[in-house]
Amino acid sequence: MNQQLPAILIIAPLLSALIINISGWVNKKLCFPIAVAGLGLASWASVNLLLRVLDEGVVLYRLGGWDPPMGIAYYVDHLNGLVLTVVSIVALLNLIANKKTIEQDFPEKTGPFYTLYVLMVTGLLGIVATGDAFNLYVLLEIAALTGYGLLAMGEDRAPLATLNYLYMGTIGACFYLLGVGYLYIVTGSLNMVDIAGILPALYQSKAVLAAFMICMIGVWLKMAFFPLHAWLPNAYTYAPSAASSLIAPLVTKVMIYVMIRLILTVFTPEYVFSTLTVSEPIVWLATIAIVMGSIFALSERNLKKMLTYVIIAEVGYMVGGAWLGNRTGMTGAILHIVNDSLMTLCVFLVAGNIVYKVKGYAFKDLKGLFRTMPFTMGAFVIGALSIIGVPPTCGFFSKWYLISGAIQAGHYGFMVALLFSSLVNVVLFFRVIEIAYYEPFAEGHGHNVLPEPMAEAPLMMLVPLLIVAASLIVVGVYTGDIVNYIIQFAIPKEIV
Amino acid sequence: MPDIISIIAAKYNYWMFIILMMIGLYAMIAKNNLVKKVVGMSIFQTAIILFYVSIGAKKGATIPILEHAHSEHANAAGSHIIQSADYVNPLPHVLMLTAIVVCVATLGVAFALLIRVYKRYHTLEEDEILAQIREK
Amino acid sequence: METITSIKPFLAVLISLAVTPVLVSSRAPNVREAWTFVAAAAKFLIVLSMLPTILQGTEIVYTVAEFLPGAAIKFRVDALGMLFALVSSFLWIITSAYSIGYMRGLKEHSQTRYFCFFALALSATIGVAFSANLLTLYLFYELLSLSTYPLVTHHQDKEARSSGRKYLLYIVGGSIAFALPAMLISYNLAGTLEFSKYGFLAGTGSRTIMAVLLLMFIFGFTKSAIMPFHSWLPAAMVAPTPVSALLHAVAVVKVGVFSIVRVLIGVFGVNLLLDLHLGTIVCYIAAFTVITASLMALSQDGLKRRLAFSTIGQLSYIILGVALLSPKGMIGGMTHIAMHAFGKVTLFFCAGAIFVATGKKNISEMVGIGKRMPVTMTAFFIGSLSVIGLPPGGGFISKWYLVLGTLQADNWPMLVVLLGSSLLNAAYFLPIVYRAFFCTPEENMFDNRVEEAPIWCVVPLVLTSLGSIGLFFYPQPFLRLAGMMIN
Repeated sequence: MNQQLPAILIIAPLLSALIINISGWVNKKLCFPIAVAGLGLASWASVNLLLRVLDEGVVLYRLGGWDPPMGIAYYVDHLNGLVLTVVSIVALLNLIANKKTIEQDFPEKTGPFYTLYVLMVTGLLGIVATGDAFNLYVLLEIAALTGYGLLAMGEDRAPLATLNYLYMGTIGACFYLLGVGYLYIVTGSLNMVDIAGILPALYQSKAVLAAFMICMIGVWLKMAFFPLHAWLPNAYTYAPSAASSLIAPLVTKVMIYVMIRLILTVFTPEYVFSTLTVSEPIVWLATIAIVMGSIFALSERNLKKMLTYVIIAEVGYMVGGAWLGNRTGMTGAILHIVNDSLMTLCVFLVAGNIVYKVKGYAFKDLKGLFRTMPFTMGAFVIGALSIIGVPPTCGFFSKWYLISGAIQAGHYGFMVALLFSSLVNVVLFFRVIEIAYYEPFAEGHGHNVLPEPMAEAPLMMLVPLLIVAASLIVVGVYTGDIVNYIIQFAIPKEIV
Repeated sequence: MPDIISIIAAKYNYWMFIILMMIGLYAMIAKNNLVKKVVGMSIFQTAIILFYVSIGAKKGATIPILEHAHSEHANAAGSHIIQSADYVNPLPHVLMLTAIVVCVATLGVAFALLIRVYKRYHTLEEDEILAQIREK
Repeated sequence: METITSIKPFLAVLISLAVTPVLVSSRAPNVREAWTFVAAAAKFLIVLSMLPTILQGTEIVYTVAEFLPGAAIKFRVDALGMLFALVSSFLWIITSAYSIGYMRGLKEHSQTRYFCFFALALSATIGVAFSANLLTLYLFYELLSLSTYPLVTHHQDKEARSSGRKYLLYIVGGSIAFALPAMLISYNLAGTLEFSKYGFLAGTGSRTIMAVLLLMFIFGFTKSAIMPFHSWLPAAMVAPTPVSALLHAVAVVKVGVFSIVRVLIGVFGVNLLLDLHLGTIVCYIAAFTVITASLMALSQDGLKRRLAFSTIGQLSYIILGVALLSPKGMIGGMTHIAMHAFGKVTLFFCAGAIFVATGKKNISEMVGIGKRMPVTMTAFFIGSLSVIGLPPGGGFISKWYLVLGTLQADNWPMLVVLLGSSLLNAAYFLPIVYRAFFCTPEENMFDNRVEEAPIWCVVPLVLTSLGSIGLFFYPQPFLRLAGMMIN
């Protein structure tokens, strides 16, 4: 069993998606337990895989027993072991938290919704686990197509927004495919490790440079890296709560993982940072991404849209951190993948809770929420503190590494952008907290105002949210362990 | 002068696919009608598929199917000694089968979305849709 | 310097954290208040129990966890931390008693939330006092900012909202924009964040970098209300008076100056500052704040606002004293933490008592109030003596050392600043007392019956004013603790 873990990781959700689809016709109540079982198995497999990687080192699984470079290999090392765990657990928590929302929003379409949900998670897990460049494209498109389906099920402007996302996403994936094609021409292989072995002889070739840049642009399109970000705000805002709280924390982070995998494993750091000289402009682009994301977020009067712009700024953090070229910055970027998934999940679950009870997510709908939904808003405060970067939440520690990396690299522009973004986040989140805390205004000292009754979200939505909020602090406290035992080995020794 | 022509002539397949890709991109960006955008996207994807297939082509090679693999020409173990230069590289074809499926699926999702959009806005022209959104 | 490891510092921090769930779940207000007292007493006793060890010259350390490789959450109890912790934890007991009188007297809402966040704020204050490195200090500093926000904005009206915004922007904004990068750059330069006897930044960078870092730290710890980042403090006076009293006269602002003093002594080190002549810059910044704040206090009619500006000035005395870099000056600065705390808290208690008893907030409305509330105004008089620096107020001791410190450092401009600002202090305090007691019957706004505030309000302020006088006669152990930091 232990040997087949990478396969179980993908097959369990895949099969359960099929079973859910069938049982959706038979009995809708079966869908949820089967989905939980499938994702639970995947989580168990990913945690065990991570433990195996910590014990033995890299886990190489040859699908069907075919040897690479002919066959497809799944390659799990410290980097994707960590990301796999995060993806599967986030997906599972989100599924449990959104059961009530799905029942409320899609009474007739529960079967198809759960199917798409589980298929999307399959795609994401596959992207992270695979060691084959073309297999990554296939899984990328699986995740993307199911994502389009999930996002388009929202109200009103959702289909149009998703259509725009479809255009941009397809271009991105096709660029990636083109890049892989170039790599195939020059190396004759599709296996990531194999390509990395053949490439050093070809570092001066223009085809490799073209392959790298085209792959990068494709991945940047998919992760909404400024200026290729225009599809994200609309697509995530109008989506149903269950879909946006699955996709927002995960998809962009998985794309960042793909970028880091390309930098660290396929085109080794020696090529990316020494032979190429594009690091400087890219870090500046990341700086601009952070600043523009923060500024756009300030102008929004709508909670979900504001959060999507915060995501764009966070993507800037990670891209910048990875491209700083030093160990601290790369550690910050990888740590931020974990932290940002959790923080984004927390705030999007809060938004989901609010939509469930109040049926709206504009600022004017948030009045007095501290009285009526104290636990949800408490979790929101913790999530906000993490995004701002206040210790001991996890967001502070990844900011620590990113800023330290910027100082070490002498890139003070990036450091100023990070601090600027923290300050803007203070304003953004306290604006929301103010509306929920103060309005409607109490007369005088509030002496004679009766407290409003508490109308909290149901327990099934609240408990996962509180678990995620608590994990923000726990992950923060254990940052040292995560860095020392996992991330340290994920970064090759050449990066100083 | 003759150098440039020979460069273009030698890599004429790449040039063609780049032109196709640009046509597809142009359609996606510049055209107003949503269906035309989808068509542009399809052209873009097809260009990449053709690009891959052309990688495997070899001069004077035939399709990668072994004839008479189980006939008396084979030796006892049933394997054949083949010259790989005689056969077109099958791997890109295989990869592109997958990619074609992905493209078709994307087209399907795109058309489903188009139908939803049409039901909502009763038009498929992007400027009219944006006008409707703005006046709401 | 011996060190022993003991969990006591961590316990001192945790006590009030642990009591919070109990407070939340208490049904009866009296039970809730009782638990607050229990927690406050326990905290003070734990802090007190560490005093003998510190006075002998040993330090207590305790490492909680290593959050980041190379930077741990660690406590170290030394003389300066003990000084600050003693003051804060003792005054918490008294302020809790005062809070009961005040909140119940005004029938305030959300009292549970109030007491809970008060406990959390004290937890964070003790955490800052016992921090062993910059990371721990920063962590508890931020926790303090956040836990005092609901206290400052307790009334939840429009005024509270705009004041809360100012509070956040100045305090959290300042620490993120300046203190955080300064901390990270120091870590990058020196490879460590541990406060040491001689500073850890010695020899790691050029004079310019050191000067820039120094300014970033000073303006980053905006809780110290150094100008121009001071206007959050008068704005925060919208809070209930016990909050103003403890937090803004003792805990929050003292955390700010404490952090700066820690940075000056433990990060930069006296020798580095002397070598690079960086003390002078700090002296002038502090002196500017002292004079300007005293001048602005003169023009304020609201009693709490005048007290707020007075605090801004007094805080900079502490920084000025340490920045003089002479032994007597530094002792004076650090002792002033304790002296000013007792004096200021008395003054705020009086202001609150006046509000509870008569509803008056402005000084112009307080003519003749000495006849109505003699105990309160006498305590006010004693408190103002301490702040001005006249005997028998305890503040005389610290001002005396400050003056000696300027002479020791041959810093005549600062001597002038000190003496001049003391005159200004007298100018904005003594008239209040004079007009409260000595006025013609026509001017008297109150009838002559004696009607003090509730007993829960009056007893604490009497206690703290007696404490002020007591400190004049027995300035130990604060003087001794401050002296130990200099060696």
